[in-house]
Amino acid sequence: MSVEVGHYALALALALAVIQVVLPFWGARARDAALMSIGPAAAVAVFVCVLIAFAALVKAHVTSDFSVVNVVENSHSLKPLLYKVTGVWGNHEGSMLLWILVLALFGALVAVSRRSVPEPLRTDTLAVQGVVTIAFLAFVLATSDPFARVFPAPAEGQDLNPILQDIGLAIHPPLLYVGYVGYSIVFAFAAAALIEGRIDAVWARAVRPWSLVAWIFLTLGIAMGSYWAYYELGWGGFWFWDPVENASLMPWLAGTALMHSMLVMEKRDALKVWTLLLAILTFSLSLLGTFLVRSGVLTSVHTFATDPGRGFFILCILVAFIGGGFALFAWRAPVLKQGGLFAPVSREGALVLNNLLLASACATVLIGTIYPLALEALTGDKISVGAPFFELTFLPLALALLLLVPFGQALAWKRGNLLGAAQRVVAALAIAVVGGAVTVAVTRGGPVLAVFGVGLGLFLVAAGVNEVVARSWSRGMPLSNALRRAFGLPRSAWGSAVAHAGVGVVVLGLAAQAWSVETLVTLKPGEAAQAGPFTVVLEGAFPRTGPNFNEEAARFRLIEGGAAVASVEASKRFYAARATTTTEAGIRTLGLSQVYVSLGDSRDGALGVRIYWKPFVLLIWLGAVVMALGGALSLSDRRLRLGVPVPSRRAQASLPTATPAAAE
Amino acid sequence: MRCRRWGIAGVMLLAVTASLPAVALQPDEVLADRQLEARARDISAGLRCLVCQNQSIDDSDAPLARDLRLLVRERLQSGDSDRAVRDFVVSRYGDFVLLKPPFKLDTAILWASPLLVLLAGAVAIVIGRRTRRPPPPPDLSPAEQAKLDAILNEER
Repeated sequence: MSVEVGHYALALALALAVIQVVLPFWGARARDAALMSIGPAAAVAVFVCVLIAFAALVKAHVTSDFSVVNVVENSHSLKPLLYKVTGVWGNHEGSMLLWILVLALFGALVAVSRRSVPEPLRTDTLAVQGVVTIAFLAFVLATSDPFARVFPAPAEGQDLNPILQDIGLAIHPPLLYVGYVGYSIVFAFAAAALIEGRIDAVWARAVRPWSLVAWIFLTLGIAMGSYWAYYELGWGGFWFWDPVENASLMPWLAGTALMHSMLVMEKRDALKVWTLLLAILTFSLSLLGTFLVRSGVLTSVHTFATDPGRGFFILCILVAFIGGGFALFAWRAPVLKQGGLFAPVSREGALVLNNLLLASACATVLIGTIYPLALEALTGDKISVGAPFFELTFLPLALALLLLVPFGQALAWKRGNLLGAAQRVVAALAIAVVGGAVTVAVTRGGPVLAVFGVGLGLFLVAAGVNEVVARSWSRGMPLSNALRRAFGLPRSAWGSAVAHAGVGVVVLGLAAQAWSVETLVTLKPGEAAQAGPFTVVLEGAFPRTGPNFNEEAARFRLIEGGAAVASVEASKRFYAARATTTTEAGIRTLGLSQVYVSLGDSRDGALGVRIYWKPFVLLIWLGAVVMALGGALSLSDRRLRLGVPVPSRRAQASLPTATPAAAE
Repeated sequence: MRCRRWGIAGVMLLAVTASLPAVALQPDEVLADRQLEARARDISAGLRCLVCQNQSIDDSDAPLARDLRLLVRERLQSGDSDRAVRDFVVSRYGDFVLLKPPFKLDTAILWASPLLVLLAGAVAIVIGRRTRRPPPPPDLSPAEQAKLDAILNEER
């Protein structure tokens, strides 16, 4: 019964989304406040309907309702409860439903944030967001119905792909989707600005929180995905330049550029047209990512061919929105007035350079990802574009960008002084050089690029600290004064300092991997192998039974300087329902470094073992968390605070634009 | 689909049917000669596992990747140079097996694209600045000049 309710709610959401688009949009053109006021209500109603549908699917999964195809194919009665819930989006249909849920959530949030988004921008934004919602609701209802029943119902499900039976599935997709889909609302804002033919600092201020939220979540989502791959795959890698990863990296790069160009727009009224273009581009890349991943076109042509309906439908959505977005841009952008001027050497100039490098890096990833597909389609030749290509092309662009970050931060708005900026970063530069030299001395050499990476990472972190210090302390000032001034700095200033330092932390973690050690051995119980500073002793192997799997586990003792410091357990699991084996790497965190053990085949009582010593590896993901923290600090800036869902009565009275009557 | 890689990288995506227990390079494949082994690792990191999604044979657990790893080591032991080994594998499987696409007519655009995009962007910025520069203020008309002179003289 609840399954049918869910299905019905989804259809109802589609109808309501049509209302959300048509009536308010017409109202905005006719300046009819009554029609316009339907928009927010409809957006909230759409969200509630999708939430009901989503809840119905969750219930079907949790109660193991095997009369639903989606549950049969992706669940098992013995599966732990957590994975019954996360399994909802561990498949095509459910994940699309989550996509729509987040889409509707953003629509509803804009609908209720009356304080931060002025009319009629809000109405047009909700209308555009509604169009996106319609497209994806139609897609799910037409080609990917999660509520389809099967009769007769089987007694048991086929279980979820064991590799997805992990806490990572609870965290990674929702984070990533909030990021991906968050850019839909930024796209909607951009389209609304183009429809209105007006864009100014008010627009930038209204949109920046949304782009920040999307960026924060996308950053965390990508980092979490990377860590998940790292611990689940069993060979210690954390980024593979896989097309699926590239699909999430591209909107991140474009979104990062967007975040910076919006700053220029908000502060200096410049780069307006470019900012709109970037907003359209970012969401286009999100859609492209969804298409590449969902249609299966990247995995193999066969996946695409087995379900041409789905791939074709998403392709249509893709073409409609990207084409529509750019057509609207081409048509309306000339109407927009260009804003403030600035000297080439200025904060604005530095941010333009930032955008140029980020956009080039993004284009490099895009071309590297789709070039093999295009080449094969055009000439039939098959080539591979893998990590070596991206390391040769993407890395130089990224390094150039990061090297310039501290200088850009030190430049003044409008007209900057290059020499002055250089003087302001000289302390950070000194720290970087000393750090690099110490690294060379301690490690007795090491790859040049890695030493450079250590220096660069230190440079970024030091420059982040320097930014706060320089703005709150001058020579001879008592510390208490400086502290007071530091805490009085705008949160957005703190945010940018912290986020940039976070990038430095990531760079440090990546650079440190040049010193990681890999040992491949076969061990019998009692035998030992060396991994970095540790001796790893195999204590023994033993079988174990889990809720829906059996595993062969092995325990290792880590010995450093003759004393046992820790133990670590790795295992190989067998999931009977899918006849699938997974490796569960044993990871022992010591400070910021990790010992990583993964099991291979066992032969004649000896166990094949891969042991890694990964110094400071945690910095990679902690750095991403620091970046997100910087974003959150910036988001909490008083001037950019997200609209509060229900404004107090007093606030409502003081905001006449929020009431329909005043909008006439 | 044999590679567990895609399963995880594709995360919440399509359900992957089966995966294999073994992990990537196995201890029994490792050559005793350390230098030779290092060269083998280097070569395998650049060769694609043909049945996988953008994964090198060094990282892949597919049986085909294992065969290729053994092949690489066999050739090295028989005295081939790194280049000869790569060429041999390419002659059997085509350019598709190279994770770093070779520079050819086919791939010229691919390799040139980062630089082209960067240059095109830089040119666009310069042109954009040129066209957006505000026109210089028009010269004063004789009447305005006279008025200005009058004001200046008055002050003096």
